[in-house]
Amino acid sequence: MENQNLKLDDGSRIGVIGGGPAGSFFSIFVLDMARRMGIDLHLDIYEPRDYTSPGPKGCNMCGGIISETLVQNLATEGINLPPSVVQRGIDSYVMHMDVGSVRIDTPLQEKRIGAVHRGPGPRDVKEIKWASFDGHLQSLAIGRGANIVKERVSEIGRVDGKFQIKSRSGSPETYDLLAVATGINTGAMRLFENLDLPFEPPSTTKTFICEFFLGLDQIEQILGSSMHVFLLDLPRLEFAAIIPKGDYASVCMLGDEIDKELIESFMGSNEVKDRFPPQWNLKVFNCQCSPRIAMTSARQPFDDRIVFIGDIGVTRLYKDGIGAAYRVAKAAATTVIFQGLSGEDFKEHYWPTCRNIEIDNSIGKIIFMVTELIQKSKIARRAVLRMTAAEQKEDGPQMRMSTVLWDTFTGSAPYREIFLRTLHPVFLLRLFGNLARSLFG
Amino acid sequence: MDTGALGKVYQNGEVIVRQGEVGDCMFVIQEGEVEIIAEMEDCEVRLAVRKEGDFFGEMAIFERDVRMATVRALGEVRVLTVDKKNFLRRIHEDPSLAFRLVETMSSRIRELSEEVAQHKETREQIEEPDPCDDQIE
Repeated sequence: MENQNLKLDDGSRIGVIGGGPAGSFFSIFVLDMARRMGIDLHLDIYEPRDYTSPGPKGCNMCGGIISETLVQNLATEGINLPPSVVQRGIDSYVMHMDVGSVRIDTPLQEKRIGAVHRGPGPRDVKEIKWASFDGHLQSLAIGRGANIVKERVSEIGRVDGKFQIKSRSGSPETYDLLAVATGINTGAMRLFENLDLPFEPPSTTKTFICEFFLGLDQIEQILGSSMHVFLLDLPRLEFAAIIPKGDYASVCMLGDEIDKELIESFMGSNEVKDRFPPQWNLKVFNCQCSPRIAMTSARQPFDDRIVFIGDIGVTRLYKDGIGAAYRVAKAAATTVIFQGLSGEDFKEHYWPTCRNIEIDNSIGKIIFMVTELIQKSKIARRAVLRMTAAEQKEDGPQMRMSTVLWDTFTGSAPYREIFLRTLHPVFLLRLFGNLARSLFG
Repeated sequence: MDTGALGKVYQNGEVIVRQGEVGDCMFVIQEGEVEIIAEMEDCEVRLAVRKEGDFFGEMAIFERDVRMATVRALGEVRVLTVDKKNFLRRIHEDPSLAFRLVETMSSRIRELSEEVAQHKETREQIEEPDPCDDQIE
């Protein structure tokens, strides 16, 4: 009976822990939908980070790619990403392998992928020219009525079935709904240990991100508006990319527990060295971090009056974490406004979106297993290169390998869709033809 | 700073969408303005001007028909393409994505209704002259 009363109403209070993309998206959508429904809400976002400070103080540690699907979805939502936030519009990517490189252009010759810094820039930035992406989203949430509490949450308890948040210097605040968007790189998990929730956090692995200051002109000359991805035969490395931004190039390495040895092997490869000016010291980074990424989904990321969104709940495997944050934040917002706040409401209306991402990730694992096989086989690498290069020359509509690679590396399409495209008879015929030519040619 | 400009830039007078062409996408204006023009047999009629944040070409998302108007850049303009396939897939997953589109289309219907009412009123005045005018003559 009590669950039927778990609804948002005029004056209801929502506490959002974490003001990264998931927390801000959730706040934006909840407040937008509440306005449409004529509900007057109070919403506090707890975020101690200062998005005007360079380096770790204002950064949420991520490669900073906004996929083309997300750019389009946000534009449709009325959330445009201005050039003051996007450091570089990406219109192509270049795939580098030991057997050669191939450039793949976006079909419409349009810059539809955004490269951003999550904060205002790396720790040694001298002049802040671009605003923080996370700060931009937060300002949109503030514009819709969200209050920012620049405090770290120190304790969470329950009072009359509702959650109560205590921050270091503020007084305890009680909320009808708690949205948890802390990500997985904070110590926030301990806050939930004594709350007797069915929630269990996702398992994680360590990645590596570093920044090199090249300056605007060198970035333009050497990297251009292309994301440079690497398919190298290095054990434990699933994916690596150099992403051009304003004055910096971000190197992003994903795989199984990326460590110093693997970083040195990658930076020492000719394919990577060739992307930098001659004699460039690839052992000195202007900024670096080793954030953890989720490899599985959280167990039951919801209960009565509480929902976990973003990386701490369910996210996409390796790619498009911000896109996944957008999707689950929207699903959570829709649930609390139109359905209710009970665990049952979340199970019925929020969990299906998470489950779709979870199922898609299991297909993604198969795709990355195949990618690993290609990384290990020189013949396969040659075949992929040959097939992609031929498609790019043809300039026709049948860019089967190009679109598969594009969507795999940019995270622009669900893994299921990519996988189905690889089963198309024409794709398989061309791939086997190129494999045969690579073997005997 | 413009390295981060998303979308595609069109120069003044450049055609973004041509009347009669088959469309499979809509557009969101990121910066600048466009004019929407109906091309008649011997003249052009400007139907509307759209500015930053507005979208155009949305009928192609819902109808299998040709573009009903031409869209041209008014000065330099930057627009982002939204693919029909991606958009419809997302609406299927999250119908609330269509809220803003519906709100905008509703407001455009309101504007059009007002224009039609004004045109009708003007036409009626022309067809039925004021009887007082005859008396003066």
